[in-house]
Amino acid sequence: MNSALPRLQLAGITKAYPGVIANSEVSLRVLPGEIHAVLGENGAGKSTLMKIIYGSVKPDAGTVTFNGQLTHIRNPQEARALGISMVFQHFSLFDTLTVAENVWLGQSASMNLAEVTQSIQAKAGEYGLDIEPDRPVHTLSVGEMQRVEIIRALLTEPQLLILDEPTSVLTPQAVDKLFVVLRKLAAQGCSILYISHKLHEIRALCQACTVMRGGKVTGVCQPDQETNASLSRMMIGAEPPQLSHAAAKVGQRVLAVEQLSLPRQDQFGVDLQDVSLQVHAGEVVGIAGVSGNGQSELLYALSGEDARAPRGSLRIGAVDVSRLHPGARRKLGLHFVPEERLGRGAVPTLSLAHNMLLTRNEAISHPHFLGGWVRVGQLRTHAQDIIRRFNVKAGGPDSAARALSGGNLQKFIVGREIDARPKLFIVSQPTWGVDVGAAAQIRAEILALRDAGCAVLVVSEELEELFEVCDRLHVMARGRLSPSLPTAQATVERIGEWMSGLWNQTEAAHAAA
Amino acid sequence: MLRLEARAQPSRGWSYASPLLALVLTVVIGVLLFLALGKDPVAGLRVFFWEPIKSSYALGELTVKATPLLLIALGLAVCFRSNVWNIGAEGQYVMGAIFAGGVALLADKHSSGAIVIPILLAGMLGGMLWAALTAWLRDRFNANEILVSLMLVYVAVLILNYLVAGPWKDPQGYNFPQSKTFELATRIPRLFEGSRVSIGVFLALALVALSWVFLFRTRAGFAQQVGGLAPAAARYAGFSSRRALWLALLVSGGMAGLAGALEVAGPIGQLTPYVPAGYGFAAIIVAFVGRLHPLGMVFSAILMSMFYIGGELAQSRLGLPKSLTGVFQGLLLFTLLACDTLVNYRLRIKAPSLATARDAA
Repeated sequence: MNSALPRLQLAGITKAYPGVIANSEVSLRVLPGEIHAVLGENGAGKSTLMKIIYGSVKPDAGTVTFNGQLTHIRNPQEARALGISMVFQHFSLFDTLTVAENVWLGQSASMNLAEVTQSIQAKAGEYGLDIEPDRPVHTLSVGEMQRVEIIRALLTEPQLLILDEPTSVLTPQAVDKLFVVLRKLAAQGCSILYISHKLHEIRALCQACTVMRGGKVTGVCQPDQETNASLSRMMIGAEPPQLSHAAAKVGQRVLAVEQLSLPRQDQFGVDLQDVSLQVHAGEVVGIAGVSGNGQSELLYALSGEDARAPRGSLRIGAVDVSRLHPGARRKLGLHFVPEERLGRGAVPTLSLAHNMLLTRNEAISHPHFLGGWVRVGQLRTHAQDIIRRFNVKAGGPDSAARALSGGNLQKFIVGREIDARPKLFIVSQPTWGVDVGAAAQIRAEILALRDAGCAVLVVSEELEELFEVCDRLHVMARGRLSPSLPTAQATVERIGEWMSGLWNQTEAAHAAA
Repeated sequence: MLRLEARAQPSRGWSYASPLLALVLTVVIGVLLFLALGKDPVAGLRVFFWEPIKSSYALGELTVKATPLLLIALGLAVCFRSNVWNIGAEGQYVMGAIFAGGVALLADKHSSGAIVIPILLAGMLGGMLWAALTAWLRDRFNANEILVSLMLVYVAVLILNYLVAGPWKDPQGYNFPQSKTFELATRIPRLFEGSRVSIGVFLALALVALSWVFLFRTRAGFAQQVGGLAPAAARYAGFSSRRALWLALLVSGGMAGLAGALEVAGPIGQLTPYVPAGYGFAAIIVAFVGRLHPLGMVFSAILMSMFYIGGELAQSRLGLPKSLTGVFQGLLLFTLLACDTLVNYRLRIKAPSLATARDAA
């Protein structure tokens, strides 16, 4: 093989959408067996560029050369035929089908389901990707869905694998495992395009890096020669603001969960077992863990979306809230930001102003007349305030929630809940898929809320984030919750072990040591 | 080359223009249809679009037919916006007519005109009870409301047929399956002598205003629609989905029942097997053509009413089958569904792109 011949070369790629230039004169060169990072904030044009390589978007100008051949990739089928596979950040899986059936859809018609199941298990074994082929996709956690997507991509024996923000849903150990898989693939000659905004990962994994900002390439570098600061300058034009984390001034107990056990509602859900937890005013408590270990069930029970908790198991202040519905808990000062922004935290087709009404009542008068009279003017002003205060990039209070980017919608939803001055603030995956600037802003808001005396509970899969904002950490595994650990005493290794449910053993070992 | 390109945001302009374009297309297809049938298309269009509005009497008849359509559609819009698919408004309409007719039959020569109020209330109650059956089956057993409500239409019609052929048959009615003609006191007050337009039209317009307020200015109306647009968001906000289901079905059942009462105690004046005229089904089209918006439905109800009257006139004037009404209703719905594509997509005439041109060179 001629190693000088690039696997993929893009030259002068330009793509304009009505009102935005997503890519302008973009060049990219990926060698065989190279792990090549594409770094940039949300909206920098990374996704459009990948879609062009994968054939789902057609560029207005520019050339794509694959293995030295000038090619026009007209659709993803052609891309796969060439040996290009992609794992999207937003998975393209059918919820009602099983894992094996989903994978089967992308395979050649000659295989039957049993053969597909077998090849899934073979690939899963080869790369250590744990998955059950017979489970319906809607019962999988985000992390598990990603494994399905990766296996599906690997089954096509790709020469170029594109991964879009793959680590946002993984534990540190799982990230390490993924990196092992990726390095193994690269050693076999497969090139990998690794889309991310996590600087340390790129520095640890990638041999080359192309940085994008505002649709243009702003730099090409060797990441191991760079520092976080220099990469970040290329990416956002400035260094991200540092968080100042003052010592917590812990006040009264606000949330108390006492030995909460709750059988699953969904057959593939997780039973909560004996979960105990306390959050006090003025502290941030974090729950780490791989998704699908009972976090979503716990959050449903805490928010009141699942109001089946046994009496006495959940208290806000002195009030037993176990059986209260979400609205009643909100009146007691609980505000919650769910992981799913579109469809749960916000109604996609409604305006930002109307989305205020999901959790806010300030614009409601005469509450006894059909739930209250909606003062539309006040609603819009209120939404506009939040847009301004939380720096949300949106057309205004009348733009539909689905027209916002993920990060901006998250800023709006977090803003909507923080603006309510909660006594207890619960947030799940606060910065999932959010760019560096917005993530820093959201974390700073969480800390500001804590310093104002609010009790905060953060559920996240990003350990770095938990270490940054939390005062105490719990770990959730298989429906159980570990004891809490002050963040100052926690290490990534120890939390990582606990994520496998092994806190009793390690406690014993530490005691013995 | 023509191609569809997804819009970033649904076009507001097209959501209003789409029904108009659909109407134009319906007329064009109608013209072709008249030509194919060997009839003068101008005469054909006259009976559908001019005759129904040419005199005050014709306008009155137009209103008589538009009123029940509008009432039923207002209720259905609340249902459809809440993602509750009540297809059985016809049954609720018939049940409303039966309950109202039952009260009207109790009247005698000495009854006062005040009996109209219990007649209307009974009609609403009948419709609500019939819709409540669907709500209960869905709530308790998770039965599909589309099927249940549709099947209950036939049950309601059979109950009506049983009553007019059995216990409520007019003894002096020469054995026709129909009730005796209601007492004059039971008749819904009319607006003017010589016209069949009753106060029902004011009721309908008041309900237009009320349903606009409910949908767009009350928190309950908002909660109702969130349940339809994003069930998980409704659950997150704490809006009860059971309550939304019951409210949607009771409101639409009550409105359909009211329409049945107004009809049976108004223009019809007795219970006959011809009470079910398809208003309950036509109102589904009225609701969608009117964009599920109370004001939009006023216009679409008038349009559908023109089709009803036009169909009857086409039969008597042009010798065409009355089912032409159904053809026009169906055409309108189909063209509307097609035109609605333009709300979310734009049509692009695409010249051969630069890249392809270069390849060819």
